[in-house]
Amino acid sequence: MATQSPVTAVLDKTQASQPPRLFLATLHEWVTTVDHKKIGLMYIGYALFFLVVAGFEAILMRIQLAIPNNTFVSPQAFNRLFTMHGTTMVFFVGMPILFGFGNYLVPLMIGARDMAFPRLNAFSFWVSAFGGSLLYFSYLGGDGLYGAGSAPDVGWFAYAPLTARVFSPGHSTDYWTLAVLLSGIGNIGTALNIVATTICMRCPGMKLNRMPLLVWLYLVTSMMVFVAVSPLTAAQIMLLLDRYLGSHFFDTQAGGSAVLWMHFFWIFGHPEVYILVLPAFAFANEIIPVFSRKAIFGYPAMVAASVGIGFISLSVWAHHMFTVGMGAGANTFFTLSTMVIAVPTGIKIFNWLATLWGGKIRYTVAMMFSVGFLFQFLIAGLTGIMLSASPFDWQLGNSYFVVAHFHYVLVGAILFMIFAAFYYWYPKMTGHMLDEKLGKWHFWLFLIGFHLTFDFMHIPGILGMPRRIYTYEADRGWMLLNMITSSGAFFQAIATLLFVYNMVWSYFKGPIAGADPWDAWTLEWSTVSPPPAYNFATIPTVESRRPLWDLKHPEDPDTRYE
Amino acid sequence: MIPDASGTLLSLALLQLHLGWSLLRLDPLDGVKSGTSIFAPAGTPAHTIFGLSMLVLSICAAIFVIVGGLLLFVLIRFRQHPSDQNSEREPAQIYGSTQIELSWTVIPIIIVVMLFLATTRVIFSTQHARRPVESLDVTVIGHQFWWEYRYPKLGIVTANELHIPVSNPATPTPTYLTMSSADTDHSFWVPRLAGKTDLIPNRVNTMWIDPEQAGLYLGQCAQYCGTQHAKMLLRVYADSPADFAAWVEHQKQPASQNPQAAEGQAVFQHNACISCHTVAGTVATGKFGPDLTHVGSRDTIASGAVPNTPANLRTFVDNPGHFKPGILMPPMHLNDHDLDAVTAYLVTLK
Amino acid sequence: MSEAVAAIIPHNADEDWKLPSRGIVGMACLILAEASIFIIFVVAYIFYLGKSITGPTPHEVLTLPILTSICLLSSSATVHFAVSALHAGKQSMCSLWLALTVLLGGIFLAGTAQEWYHLIYHDGLTIRTNLFGTTFYSLVGLHASHVIVGLFMLALALVFSLRGDLTSRHTERLEVLSLYWHFVDAVWVIVFLVVYVLGR
Ligand code: HEA
Ligand code: HEA
Ligand code: HEC
Ligand code: CUA
Ligand SMILES: [Cu+2]
Repeated sequence: MATQSPVTAVLDKTQASQPPRLFLATLHEWVTTVDHKKIGLMYIGYALFFLVVAGFEAILMRIQLAIPNNTFVSPQAFNRLFTMHGTTMVFFVGMPILFGFGNYLVPLMIGARDMAFPRLNAFSFWVSAFGGSLLYFSYLGGDGLYGAGSAPDVGWFAYAPLTARVFSPGHSTDYWTLAVLLSGIGNIGTALNIVATTICMRCPGMKLNRMPLLVWLYLVTSMMVFVAVSPLTAAQIMLLLDRYLGSHFFDTQAGGSAVLWMHFFWIFGHPEVYILVLPAFAFANEIIPVFSRKAIFGYPAMVAASVGIGFISLSVWAHHMFTVGMGAGANTFFTLSTMVIAVPTGIKIFNWLATLWGGKIRYTVAMMFSVGFLFQFLIAGLTGIMLSASPFDWQLGNSYFVVAHFHYVLVGAILFMIFAAFYYWYPKMTGHMLDEKLGKWHFWLFLIGFHLTFDFMHIPGILGMPRRIYTYEADRGWMLLNMITSSGAFFQAIATLLFVYNMVWSYFKGPIAGADPWDAWTLEWSTVSPPPAYNFATIPTVESRRPLWDLKHPEDPDTRYE
Repeated sequence: MIPDASGTLLSLALLQLHLGWSLLRLDPLDGVKSGTSIFAPAGTPAHTIFGLSMLVLSICAAIFVIVGGLLLFVLIRFRQHPSDQNSEREPAQIYGSTQIELSWTVIPIIIVVMLFLATTRVIFSTQHARRPVESLDVTVIGHQFWWEYRYPKLGIVTANELHIPVSNPATPTPTYLTMSSADTDHSFWVPRLAGKTDLIPNRVNTMWIDPEQAGLYLGQCAQYCGTQHAKMLLRVYADSPADFAAWVEHQKQPASQNPQAAEGQAVFQHNACISCHTVAGTVATGKFGPDLTHVGSRDTIASGAVPNTPANLRTFVDNPGHFKPGILMPPMHLNDHDLDAVTAYLVTLK
Repeated sequence: MSEAVAAIIPHNADEDWKLPSRGIVGMACLILAEASIFIIFVVAYIFYLGKSITGPTPHEVLTLPILTSICLLSSSATVHFAVSALHAGKQSMCSLWLALTVLLGGIFLAGTAQEWYHLIYHDGLTIRTNLFGTTFYSLVGLHASHVIVGLFMLALALVFSLRGDLTSRHTERLEVLSLYWHFVDAVWVIVFLVVYVLGR
């Protein structure tokens, strides 16, 4: 479908003539690899696996909540489900999938041959992977010597003092802390790598203001990891000390403070949500221009807005704590700082709009998911603004409205952009196109499922339904809405299964992609698909933000405008 | 294809707005009188918040319609035409425009400032409201998974069902709640009366409510506090001044000593019940569970989980986990005879 | 698929292209992350000042560790000299300075160990005693664990240096290590001010 770039060359023939290899040899190669692409793919595969696991947990919760007074799962099982679902989705789906794409794409996009610290990269991945396994080991191995299996049931933000030994005996909470701690260490390692790679490994000519926006956003995200994930690590260390050495950080009986944990958690937790969403923005920044056939509108403003979001997001954490009884002054401050985020975020939305404006929009599946993202992120942001008006939050906080708000971002924006990224970069990663027809089915089913589930979820919140309840009475007026919500989850499940099927099928049967199937402009499309271990036969030199555009349009290169 | 997508999205959103609106304004289904919709306020804080909510909601809806509309327009207007499929022509490349970008920076700033000022007023008018002379003090203590209410000036201790006087706008008699927790975090949320406030161990929070009409207001614990968080329900009875006075009088009485229930009382006192429950005027002075002095006068048991009928009481005492699995009251393994006796005794504790 | 085809972006050889060293950037990132961890512990320390329900209080049991602090801070200078020496190719000088650094750091650690011994066995203050014990041991302990890691690395460098494996080609690596050590020292200044000056 795409035009080949006018300047092409025969690049690499080594791969074609490899003998088939034994399973063990392949396994050995993957386990010991330090290649950023392989590690990226492992991150992605691992995240996809956990997406299905955590999605399955969501399905179980939705079955339980579909009708009032349901006894499909026990109360404790339900509490474990939402804890595991939330923790898995955030730490073992969101983070690894984004770092997976980052690992894969950042070196390719800046014309580098690998990450700055390849071995640290492998280490970080395996540490995170171990964290995820540990979390799920709690279901199997459970309390170790003390009893049967026990998954954590303290909620994904594990408020003190519920996590103290008194209220949470056994080891379930220990699994949670250790898993999160490990994933945090892995994340810091990968973030360090991405920053060092971006700063130190760019190819000649790739000045900071010529980097693809994706790389910029990963830089900002990674910087945020240092200042956001570290506090979480610190708080987890404190919690471990409390649980194992009997210290009193969060022990309210000994004068400790439950609110301190909330502060520490949300100092991490809020920036974390932007850590998750910035890479999604990053994908949009690459995909939307290519399928509108236009350069991104307002590159400097996009960079500034991202950096701005990064900084502002460090000062808004207590909007998760409007109901803990802060004074009017603090409530006012955090209302303002939270609302201010609408400004840089708005800039992004409007710049995407302007990028589309006057373009020649090609609706591939990747673009369809991006369009869904734009609408859904808009709505999610606006419900966020409602929550940020603290009195409104006194009503809505911890209700299903909040659950709807954040799934609108996490699923409607982030997961949609992740899907888009798959359709866009899968050809680069495997050399085969994903099936567009199956992709459209996937898109429509997921879209319908998403809206059935999460549109209708706002209303029970307004009708007074708190989150994290395993059941509710029939006379509260929440029944129909929960029914609809639950039914949507099944559409999402079918769509996700289709997607997984598509990936497997296309890997073997999909049409050959070629180096540059989308007629795109950034460096990763200048090498073969999948790229060889060394990425580029010759290290490229760039003179503008869109090196391949310059190559394809010598009559009107970007260099003139920068 | 995609225009349909966005069209579907928009109409879905509008449908939702419409459907949501009609749902929200009505009292929820099935003829229940006391719903929990935040859009059916029945007290000053809830009213003030409702006003702000409507403002924020309309501004956000307006932004959605404008930006969403623009987006929709662009997506349809600038789609690639089928005739254009194979042309190599690229659209004009535009790299940015300071003027336009400035405008979409400034306009949101103005909106944000507006929203912020409106919000600040509500924050202060609720949190710093002047306290009228006539007001009632209640101490609320959250427990895993029930509510303790103490009226320090009236010498009353009760559980799970909060009685307060209605507040007449002319001579307001709001109730001030001083809140803390005995174990984990909880949150007090009765949507029609006010926003929620958390109950946190080792910390004291306050809030106030002033129902304008007599009646029952429902709510439930809104901070995850453990296994039975879901059934930590809230019931606030707003009584007319006369009813409230009568209720107070009744609650001040020590527990009734009905000779016919003497056997049940003996069973109660010879079992561990007394180490967790208080029955005023008897040897039962436990503090871990709800005060049972007037348990017979309550409409529900186990924090609103089931109606207070002799049968339910009996089932509950026999196996507390029957209605609320994971509850902190252990089964006492009484034989049938003792169970009947204890139930009879509890029923007399009017 | 024998002929893989891709665009080749011409390499412009004569462009002058120099980027920062990744070792130093990586260490800067690590320091940023570690600093955030320390900030949280410091905040917890300050937040719980005077909130202990039982004794002992900081004022009763803490004494200023002036001597050991001087040792630790001066080790920042010695490690700097070690790097300079290596840069200038003076390997034996480098070994000497490294040895001095390890010694000074060791004195500091020994001082901390002694202080803890005294606190635990004479004053009866452990991590479980009260909030002061909790925050004190965790903050000072966190710092001490960083000193241990740093000392281990420095000792390793010293061994290499003595064996003659450390040459001026490794200057940058030693510099990265010295950055870490400076950071550990800087943190001590904060910990000292918070725990022994402000908190006492
Ligand atoms: C990636 C995820 C993500 C993102 C991007 C956001 C974005 C935002 N969030 Fe959300 N949020 C979560 C994930 C996310 N959130 C999660 C997971 C929780 C719950 C955690 C838990 O409790 O478990 C949560 C909870 C949460 C709360 C706490 C609710 C509660 O528990 O009581 C609040 C309150 O202020 C809030 C606000 C916001 C705001 C204001 C934004 C803003 O960034 C949105 C900005 C965007 C826009 C506003 C739209 C575009 C702008 C324009 C078109 C310009 C014009 C607009 C205006 C002038 C208004 N969020
Ligand atoms: C990235 C983050 C992310 C994602 C993608 C999702 C996706 C989904 N979430 Fe989740 N959610 C959270 C993050 C996320 N969630 C967080 C942080 C919480 C808070 C936790 C807490 O309170 O502590 C939460 C809480 C939460 C709740 C509230 C629980 C409660 O408060 O009681 C609910 C309830 O409906 C829910 C539902 C869903 C659904 C239906 C999806 C769907 O979109 C899922 C779609 C995916 C699938 C459906 C997988 C498809 C594949 C299969 C199912 C395979 C089937 C296999 C076989 C048949 C063998 N989520
Ligand atoms: C270990 C402590 C403990 C013991 C012993 C105990 N209870 Fe309870 N009881 C509780 C707790 C805690 C609750 C609150 C349960 C809830 O709603 O979550 C409760 C609730 C109740 C209630 C409902 C009160 C209400 O207002 O809803 C009744 C009635 C009751 N107990 C009776 C008894 C009787 C009778 C016995 C002895 C046979 C007994 N309890 C022994 C702890 C105890
Ligand atoms: Cu109490 Cu939830
Ligand atoms: Cu937030």
